[in-house]
Amino acid sequence: MEQMLIILLSAILVNNFVLVQFLGICSFLGVSKTMDSSLGMSYAVIFVMVLCTAVTYPIQVYLLEPLGIGYLQTIVFILVIAALVQLVEIAMKKYMQPLYKALGVYLPLITTNCAVLGVAILNIDESYTFTQSLVNSLGAGLGYMLAMVLFSGVRGRIEHNDYPAAFKGIPILLITASIFSLSFMGFSGVITGIFGK
Amino acid sequence: MNRMSVLTNGLIKENPVMILLLGTCPALAVTTTAINGLGMGFSTMAVLLGSNIFIALLKNIIPDKVRIPCYIVVIAGFVTIVGMLLKAFAPEVDQALGLFIPLIVVNCIILGRAEMFANKNSVIDSALDGIGMGLGFTFALLLMGSIREFLGSGAIMGIQLTTNLYDPISVFMLAPGAFLTYGFLQALINYVSKGKAVKKKEFGCMGCSLASGCQQIGKGGCE
Repeated sequence: MEQMLIILLSAILVNNFVLVQFLGICSFLGVSKTMDSSLGMSYAVIFVMVLCTAVTYPIQVYLLEPLGIGYLQTIVFILVIAALVQLVEIAMKKYMQPLYKALGVYLPLITTNCAVLGVAILNIDESYTFTQSLVNSLGAGLGYMLAMVLFSGVRGRIEHNDYPAAFKGIPILLITASIFSLSFMGFSGVITGIFGK
Repeated sequence: MNRMSVLTNGLIKENPVMILLLGTCPALAVTTTAINGLGMGFSTMAVLLGSNIFIALLKNIIPDKVRIPCYIVVIAGFVTIVGMLLKAFAPEVDQALGLFIPLIVVNCIILGRAEMFANKNSVIDSALDGIGMGLGFTFALLLMGSIREFLGSGAIMGIQLTTNLYDPISVFMLAPGAFLTYGFLQALINYVSKGKAVKKKEFGCMGCSLASGCQQIGKGGCE
């Protein structure tokens, strides 16, 4: 249990996917304009991350490795993720209309989100067990949500400030993200602090 | 468009990282040192060249409706080849770049060039475009890597330059330094070109490599 908590917390805070590992930057900067879109995108990412891990992990362990074709990992994973996202979208549209209204628009965007493929490959690289992988994916998704929601809150405030014209638009966003990332570095010792190892 | 401009387009005028704002994830993540930036740039260029040529060859065979999955398979194939070559011949580069080698698959530049250029142009033009865009990407990564390495450890390409001159600002080697360097470079480009160079005023749907195939664009995008 403690092991799980360590994995979860370190995925959310210490190794935050967006601010420390630079995965999913495009959507982090692109979709964080309003709180609503940030939340919608984050829910969709959490959902897809956990689902994709649940599917890609068994494929790697029970199919690719016994057959000795582990090197096909990249091709197989990206295809599985793309197909899965499509399937989920179709199924949601048919059976879960309210959920589709909330998340549907973000789903096509997620296929090429490097955070999803990244977490699937990381789980294998770190040689986690199946449960640990699921917890790690959940943590990665929650970390993404934390970064998105905080960032969209700050973003609303910087727009009307007075800063040099050359920084308008993208540069000021990147510098804000830099300060965010700096503040997340403060978490780097938190796991050792809490659990003493 | 003549051949020379196809080749040079990606270098400065449409530099993928600095002007088109594509491929930001690897540009931020692996540019801790100049040499890492160079390694990532060349790996991406190799994939881009291969996939551009292949997709230009296959553009009449691939059915329009399933083109995106087909492109992804072609790209993933080349990424696997490049990954294996790196493991065999440059293991230290492979170690340093780690996860970001397989993630070349989802790099927007590659799918973006396949969708915007290779499926409309001849094989030779596509190859030139791949080289040009790849060089532009490499150049941007090398620039960011050099700046971060110089400020963060006082060296470029591992050669110590500023011994005893000032204390290196080690935060530039860490995550915040990446955002900061990229932000200031963007501001510099805005300043020099008086805000004209970077046409996109923000990251958003149209920057996505799937923009032309995405059904949400017409409905107001993903926002």
